[in-house]
Amino acid sequence: MTTVIEKNQKNGRLEVGTPLLEVKDLHVEFHTRDGVAKAVNGVNYSVAAGETLAVLGESGSGKSVTAQTIMGILDMPPGKISQGQILFRGQDMLAMSEEDRRQIRGQKIAMIFQDALSSLNPVMTVGAQLGEMFRVHRGSSKKEAREKAIELMERVRIPAARQRVGDYPHQFSGGMRQRIMIAMALSMEPDLIIADEPTTALDVTVQAQVMDLLAELQAEYNMGLILITHDLGVVADVADKIAVMYAGRIVETAPVHELYANPAHPYTKGLLRSIPRLDQKGQELYAIKGLPPNLLKVPAGCAFNPRCDVATDLCRTEIPKLHQVSDKDGKELTGRRSACHLWKETLHG
Amino acid sequence: MSDTITKGAEAPSGDNTPKVSTEKKQKPERVASLWSDALRDLRRNPIFIIGAALVSFLIILAVVPGWFTDGSPFDNNACDLADSLKRPSAEHWFGFDVQGCDIYTRTVWGARNSIIVGVLTTSMVTLVGALLGLLAGWKGGIVDSILSRFTEIFFSIPLLLGGMLIMSMLGKGNAWTVSVVMTVLGWPQIFRIMRASVLANKNNDYVMAARALGAGAGRITFRHILPNAIAPVIVVSAISLGVYIGAEAALSYLGIGVQPPEISWGLMISDASVRFLDAPHVLLFPSAVLSVTVLAFIMLGDAVRDALDPKLR
Amino acid sequence: MGRYVIRRLIQAIPVLIGATFLIYWLCFSLPGDPVQALAGEKKADPIVAEMIRQKYHLNDPFLLQYWNYITGVFQGNLGESLTGRQVSDMISEAFPFTVNLAIVAFVIEAIIGVLAGVMAALRKGKFLDQLVLISTLFVISIPVFVTGFVLQLVLGVKLKNDYGIEIFSVSFNEEDGLRGYLLPAFVLASTSLAYVARLTRTSLMETMRADYVRTAVAKGLKKRRVIGRHALRNALIPIVTFLGADLGGLMGGAVITEKIFNIHGIGGLLAQAVYQKQGTIIVGVVTLLVMIYLITTLLVDMLYAVLDPRIRYE
Repeated sequence: MTTVIEKNQKNGRLEVGTPLLEVKDLHVEFHTRDGVAKAVNGVNYSVAAGETLAVLGESGSGKSVTAQTIMGILDMPPGKISQGQILFRGQDMLAMSEEDRRQIRGQKIAMIFQDALSSLNPVMTVGAQLGEMFRVHRGSSKKEAREKAIELMERVRIPAARQRVGDYPHQFSGGMRQRIMIAMALSMEPDLIIADEPTTALDVTVQAQVMDLLAELQAEYNMGLILITHDLGVVADVADKIAVMYAGRIVETAPVHELYANPAHPYTKGLLRSIPRLDQKGQELYAIKGLPPNLLKVPAGCAFNPRCDVATDLCRTEIPKLHQVSDKDGKELTGRRSACHLWKETLHG
Repeated sequence: MSDTITKGAEAPSGDNTPKVSTEKKQKPERVASLWSDALRDLRRNPIFIIGAALVSFLIILAVVPGWFTDGSPFDNNACDLADSLKRPSAEHWFGFDVQGCDIYTRTVWGARNSIIVGVLTTSMVTLVGALLGLLAGWKGGIVDSILSRFTEIFFSIPLLLGGMLIMSMLGKGNAWTVSVVMTVLGWPQIFRIMRASVLANKNNDYVMAARALGAGAGRITFRHILPNAIAPVIVVSAISLGVYIGAEAALSYLGIGVQPPEISWGLMISDASVRFLDAPHVLLFPSAVLSVTVLAFIMLGDAVRDALDPKLR
Repeated sequence: MGRYVIRRLIQAIPVLIGATFLIYWLCFSLPGDPVQALAGEKKADPIVAEMIRQKYHLNDPFLLQYWNYITGVFQGNLGESLTGRQVSDMISEAFPFTVNLAIVAFVIEAIIGVLAGVMAALRKGKFLDQLVLISTLFVISIPVFVTGFVLQLVLGVKLKNDYGIEIFSVSFNEEDGLRGYLLPAFVLASTSLAYVARLTRTSLMETMRADYVRTAVAKGLKKRRVIGRHALRNALIPIVTFLGADLGGLMGGAVITEKIFNIHGIGGLLAQAVYQKQGTIIVGVVTLLVMIYLITTLLVDMLYAVLDPRIRYE
């Protein structure tokens, strides 16, 4: 295993395209008082070095649960991984010892959380929290760790880093706090970063800055990036490919621009139509009718059918497979799949 | 005090588990569902069931002690000094005390004062504390400052010490005066909780919304803030009931609570304590019954807290 | 911070005055004649009684008496008892016993309470957790004087008579030093200890669910460090607050423990003073306890700001 990895490394960094992470047929359920909620039902996706995968979905779609399972920070119980594999550089992390997984966490796979204020320890200085990575994983001295922390803060462009290294998280603005989260994730130069709604809690103007910074650093270090979001606007510029999730399943995957241009699933179509656009000023904004399903009572057949404009009887009885999508001439489109019985009509009609 | 503390904006902590309930409920239903959820939880909670059964039994004991014993503790001829400190037997389950009185009869009759003190004190403390707390939290400003300083005065006087003085002043020690004393010294606790609770709810969006819709101060206070702020008060009151029963016994034990010829478990324990080395049963039975009573009420209170505060689960 | 402390001290003055006024008024309203109480069973000599009344200004109106008293307090003079002893002397005689008792109790409460709570929280739902929950419930339910007698009987008497082990003494003896305080202090601490254990458990369980603890796990830290450095540090904030506030409560609650173990602390002094209707002693003790309460709450609030950097006092 290690030989393959070393072969693909250049200047200590992985070469673009080296497979990093592969999620295979993952099932996660939550045991609650009211029953079993199937949060993730057979999710498959993969990320390579230098690649950005955007996982798109509403709350409750299972996108965050999948990420937490990869990271190994899912609360168990109530959560339970009932089936599946998560391969990191070919090794199944779910079969590893807890100590081996700990060595991967933070050093090989790092995570950025949505709410930086609550995700940073309120009673520790940011310098201590950044430096902790070096103290724990690299055995650095207190002084070295502090220098490294300042370096990282400068790296993510926090002004006056040296003066602010002793400040507490609540003394920073939202955007600056999220930069500190990014710095923390980058500290061990991991192979893969999982960003769970990294900009949702931020002002729109700050969102773009943080996103740009993340994309820039990713390109520089050749990292794989899994970007979890419910915001289609965030995705377009930075992602290579997109996986759309609904009620614990992936309903469509596609290279990012193809998905925007031509969705192959009614749900994706609805999402795209509900983005406000300047050229449609004055028209009523489209909204997908209804609400995401209760995970304790997922509708029979396609989970989206009660909200779907084109649903047929088949949709109400049979769960659609994730079909390979092809163009009008029947030529298969690489990387494009859709879990819709009517994908042809949706894509071509 | 807390008005001088500025806390960095507290962000809601992220919710990891998937949203199982999808509908965003409106405010009145939220309150209603809090209570109905709590009720449903309580019915399933074994702690609540045991506590409730014990409490029901104790209340029956307090109301009709005659159902459980033929003797009366107020009958002077019932005690025979010849029986002094006799050990428990088949006819006299708990044995006899120093005066030769049947401990079982006295213990059964002692329930009444404990229950009266517990219920009375809790009701008065909750009423006074909650009303003043609501007033201070809602009005703020000078009213709040004065009331808050006032509570600090009462807070700073230790319960037993203040109790000693007020009881000596009132002279007559019975369940009613003890309750009054404990109310005087106990209300600040509820006041603080209520005030904090009102302050926390006052700036919530639904209150803002109600105000924006033109609801008056009275309506907002009683229809919107009170139902939402009362839960922590009820939790503390429920737990305190047991604590007050224990405090009555402590005051009586110190000789400043209920006075003879009234009967109180605390008094019985105090009388027994002199001879407890050679006659431990005289101490044991009233102590055990007192402890079980306090336990029953605390179990009930604990169960109510768990039901009303799902966060603690 | 400096300005805050000054403001708090200024705010404490009306509380101190209010509390002493209240207690003074209660003492004034006590039924019976203190001078007669002094004489005991026999009728007091009217001439001597009048002399005592003159000397201690007992014939003055209530407000004047109070005014003389409170101005004395601010000059550091707690007054004189009717038997001619300085109240400050009487208090400083009795006070060390109560302070020692409260401090030993405080240490027991803090160490055992926090340890039990942490262990319970880390084994949530397991045997140890249930054990802590149930045993604390019992400790809270059993009144302190009952606990006192039972422990005295079991640890003091039984252990000595049946096994010849004499770790704890049955009643308090000054010569025993720290050992003499152990059992009474444990009894005094028992209820608070149970509360501390429960509070620690809840608080730690809550912080273990916090986002920043999840972050610490995601950083690849060992479990020990996640709990010790990240969760516990935050979980201890409310516990420290509780402990600080409880220190004054321990002194007030020492009355019962002192009676059970026959310790001549301020509890005994107070009971005697109430019985003899010696207002100056009562008010003196109360003044002291109120001041301790005010100072500890101020210290707790300042400590709170040290522990939680988000809190700023201005």
